[in-house]
Amino acid sequence: MIRVEHLCKSFDGRQILNNVSTTFNAGQINAVIGKSGSGKSVLIKSVTGLHSIDSGNVFYDDTNLIGLRKNDRKNLLKQIGMLFQGCALFDSLTIEENVMFPLDIHTTQTRAEKLKRVNFCLERVNMPNTNHLFPSEISGGMQKRVAIARAIVLNPKYLFCDEPNSGLDPQTSMVIDQLIKEITQEYNITTVMNTHDMNSIFEVSDQVAFIYQGQLWWNGPRNQLTKTDNAELNDFLFSSPLLRNKKGSS
Amino acid sequence: MRNFFLHLGKYLAFLATVFERPQRNSLWGQQFLKELQKTGLNSVAITVIVSFFIGAVICIQMSYNIVNPLIPRYLVGLSTRDVLLLELSSTVMCIILAGKVGSNIASEIGSMRVSEQIDAMEMMGVNSAQFLVLPKVISFMAFMPVLVLLSMITGILGGAMSITFSANTTMTDYVNGLQFAFEPYYITYSIIKSVFFAFIISTVSAYYGYYVEGGAIEVGKASTKTVVSVVILILVADLMLTQLLLS
Ligand SMILES: Nc1ncnc2c1ncn2[C@@H]1O[C@H](COP(=O)(O)OP(=O)(O)O)[C@@H](O)[C@H]1O
Ligand SMILES: [Mg+2]
Repeated sequence: MIRVEHLCKSFDGRQILNNVSTTFNAGQINAVIGKSGSGKSVLIKSVTGLHSIDSGNVFYDDTNLIGLRKNDRKNLLKQIGMLFQGCALFDSLTIEENVMFPLDIHTTQTRAEKLKRVNFCLERVNMPNTNHLFPSEISGGMQKRVAIARAIVLNPKYLFCDEPNSGLDPQTSMVIDQLIKEITQEYNITTVMNTHDMNSIFEVSDQVAFIYQGQLWWNGPRNQLTKTDNAELNDFLFSSPLLRNKKGSS
Repeated sequence: MRNFFLHLGKYLAFLATVFERPQRNSLWGQQFLKELQKTGLNSVAITVIVSFFIGAVICIQMSYNIVNPLIPRYLVGLSTRDVLLLELSSTVMCIILAGKVGSNIASEIGSMRVSEQIDAMEMMGVNSAQFLVLPKVISFMAFMPVLVLLSMITGILGGAMSITFSANTTMTDYVNGLQFAFEPYYITYSIIKSVFFAFIISTVSAYYGYYVEGGAIEVGKASTKTVVSVVILILVADLMLTQLLLS
């Protein structure tokens, strides 16, 4: 479980996030939704400590990330997996070396042990026998899978996914979403997923946090999503005529 | 001017991060070898080609200018040697390498920044500045003396090549000139200078790359800015080091 309290973040005096407080539950996909540029990525990066924040607290279970000393911080980071929007695979390393990288950093396992874990993770994301290819040699959907494998290789307790299906076709998106959902439940991970993809929101998310103008505008379980009369949330969700008739059902 | 001091402060802070006490992991050796290949070995060809041609041209210019019968012919070899040893194989070579190695480092690290690879590294608890930059700095500085010596040797060979086509200077004159009043300290001086320049090239370019914001266009801009800044810094450092080492 991750608890965010009164988080504020600004860049050069421009307030991006204003007093955001919410909770992300374990074993669930906690979707963070909002328009492009609403601050979803900034939220993830603030919560994980990639951006330093102006004020607020972020509790990973009982550990407050803010003000953590360097070594404790490294230990906490070990439990966090992250799937970046553009995959962020290291393009000078092979797929095997990419997935092994966190093990090289955080463990003292032998090469054989590491390789075993890497192959297990690659198989888990349905990418067996691709060890010696480079990221530039595989498709976008496959890169996402490899990035997921790299994110889960250390058995994280927390998983952050920044728009996991941006740039993918609808079918591949579904597969990636399902994969994240399965992994979340299998290992009881606290998964935070940024998205503005209606499919992901309605198909796989459990909790939804809606960011609007830098604030947490709506927060609740997914099945309440369509029943709310929050005007901005309805505008966001039902901007497409195709979805408008879904309103009221869930 | 204010901008300059902002950059300077940020650059020094960046250096402090790069030269922190390294964390143990199994990747350092591999990383170091890769960088030795990229920054050092891959610069050998350009060093050899440029030095050979410039050596040849300097030698032709010297023998063209020294026509007075009162001036001994061995001066052609002597002056070619000294120009190479003092300035060409260090400063001019490093200015050329600033274009090759500097822009390469800036664009490599810059594109890792904009594609979030650096963020990914930070998320894994790695000191990304150190992990990416330290092997480059050390391997480039370590390999620099090799490049300088190589440049001196090929420059002198280039001169010898042009002598064979020259009507008024003989190879004996040239070789005599190379040996006349030879000052070995010039070589040390050149190597010391270039190792400093290697530090400037690798750290400044890494700095520009590391703090890129935006996308591919900004990466390109950063690598252009790198070359301009590095060249100016090399020239300033050249002036100061020469004052310090030769006077
Ligand atoms: N490093 C940064 N420096 C300055 N502004 C930033 C930075 N990162 C993001 N922003 C700004 O924050 C806002 C939210 O961006 P982001 O979180 O990426 O949106 P999204 O919801 O699409 O992920 C944008 O207006 C963006 O310009
Ligand atoms: Mg985003």
